[in-house]
Amino acid sequence: MKYLGLIWSNLKRHKLRTALTISSIFVAFLLFGFLFAFKEAFNSGVRMADADRLIVRHRVSLIQTLPVSYGPRIISIPGVASVTHMTWFGGIYQDPKNMFASFPVEQGSFFDLYPELTLPAAERAHWSKTRSGAIIGRSLAEKFSWKTGDIIPLTSPIYGEPSNQAAWDLEICGIFDTTKKGGDTSALYFRYDYFDEARPRGKGEVGWFTVRVANASEADAVAAKIDETFANSPYETKAEPEGAFAAGFAQQIGDIGKILIAVLSAVFFTILLVAGNTMNQSVSERTGEIGVLKAMGFTGPLVLVLVLVESCLIALTGGLGGLGSAWGMLTLKNPIASVLPVFYVPESALLLGSVLALALGLISGALPAWHALRIRTADALRRNG
Amino acid sequence: MSTTGPDLVRINHVTKTFHRGAEDIHVLSSLDLTVAKGEFLALMGPSGSGKSTLLNLIGGLDRPTEGSVEIGGERIDRLSERDLAAWRARHIGFVFQFYNLMPVLNAERNVELPLLLTNLSKRQRREHAENALKVVGLSHRLKHYPRTLSGGEQQRVGIARAIATDPTLLLCDEPTGDLDRKSGDEILTLLQTLNREQGKTIIMVTHDPHASARATRTVHLDKGQLAANAPTD
Repeated sequence: MKYLGLIWSNLKRHKLRTALTISSIFVAFLLFGFLFAFKEAFNSGVRMADADRLIVRHRVSLIQTLPVSYGPRIISIPGVASVTHMTWFGGIYQDPKNMFASFPVEQGSFFDLYPELTLPAAERAHWSKTRSGAIIGRSLAEKFSWKTGDIIPLTSPIYGEPSNQAAWDLEICGIFDTTKKGGDTSALYFRYDYFDEARPRGKGEVGWFTVRVANASEADAVAAKIDETFANSPYETKAEPEGAFAAGFAQQIGDIGKILIAVLSAVFFTILLVAGNTMNQSVSERTGEIGVLKAMGFTGPLVLVLVLVESCLIALTGGLGGLGSAWGMLTLKNPIASVLPVFYVPESALLLGSVLALALGLISGALPAWHALRIRTADALRRNG
Repeated sequence: MSTTGPDLVRINHVTKTFHRGAEDIHVLSSLDLTVAKGEFLALMGPSGSGKSTLLNLIGGLDRPTEGSVEIGGERIDRLSERDLAAWRARHIGFVFQFYNLMPVLNAERNVELPLLLTNLSKRQRREHAENALKVVGLSHRLKHYPRTLSGGEQQRVGIARAIATDPTLLLCDEPTGDLDRKSGDEILTLLQTLNREQGKTIIMVTHDPHASARATRTVHLDKGQLAANAPTD
């Protein structure tokens, strides 16, 4: 502790240089935080997936629909515990930029498959009695300041308007939360029976089925049986664990993990050069002072530690500042909630970032610190003269 | 009045050779020298005669190629780097030609630097630093940074830093070499006072006969060997 004053004074020696170095590290770690938030957003489906849930979709692609009549046939397959179905509605509220996740669902079986979604019993009962009723997630309600009892008009570029109506007027019957940390509460669910009756086309079809298997260890076998059941039909299926389905969905835009590593590697290599150059320059120009310290009795290892602490302080100030800012900004407000409803810097990224900042400090300070340790006192003093 | 005591420094048959590529440069050749406790010794000689090298050996900044360096009865040429650093912190105060103050620290903090290696509390360190600056007549300049001080004042801070830990031996390498005559005289008077009134043993490297005249004894080095050894007062 008693050496902190000396270290602090050295950091203030070239205020602009130190500030610029810290700023560059700050920006790198801000980027690190945002990139990990993206990764988290794309992987949230995988993370939230239950091991005993399967998704059954059209074999060709997700946008091809399946007959609703597959439901009773799927539940009769041995090993299947329960089934529900969902359809992508693509609901828009007032303006195309206000598109959010919205699905007509089978209200009776929906909560059996998604028990992590919690809705007060009274609201659930109200939804079951309201044909044009919908339930919305907490974050969606907050975004548009919607409350129970509101009637919200939605349009859909996929299904158009309901017969004899200008929009899908849905009554909000309840607001649900989730028991899963980081779970998505930005969606709207409304009743399939109302949707199917009112839609002008595609009646009797659904987007996909969600299946709960009786035994998670048999999920793959049950998936194979489902596909076998509908083989050689006009609507062949592809059944897969929910996690694999979510991963495949995320991979449609590329391997987020690899993109992340490539970008961050380039950024950190550059920052390492910047920080390393700063420390090297900083120590090199005070070689004489290092000689004086050693002449006074400062040992080589002590001088080495002083240099490393200095470089770690620079890296940690910039690194933790950048990480903290990314975390703070995304915690306060999700700037792209309509595109990525789950968008936050996970704790694991904060921890990893902190370790990386420390490593950056140690690596960038290693060479000048080693130089300070090794240089002979008499030689260092001669540089000053 | 200064009095000299038993030998504090014993240099026995010291040889120092530097290797520059394939060439061996013999800087000191079988040199013997003793300095008594309480003595103010001036080391004189032309450039390249080995004065600074000898000072470095006495201060434990370098090791002899052959021979022994004994300070206060301790063979410092046998100490490990770590022990040598601790020994320097306890026994040696360096005064440099170009002051070598830390530009980012004020006078008080510069003087406090060697005290960081002691077990003194922050308050005690500050008290010691203030006292040392008082001794050199700079108690009114505690918070001044080196760039705001004159050359003579900077050298006074350098001397305060050197005496802050109350070392056994003060080693001064051309302490007046970068100063005008008046400031140089003030520094020499200060060193003389430290020697006479506080009994500090001082070894001073200088080119300047005017400076060496203030010492109690002058030793001349030439080509790495002792040329003359005569008391000056």
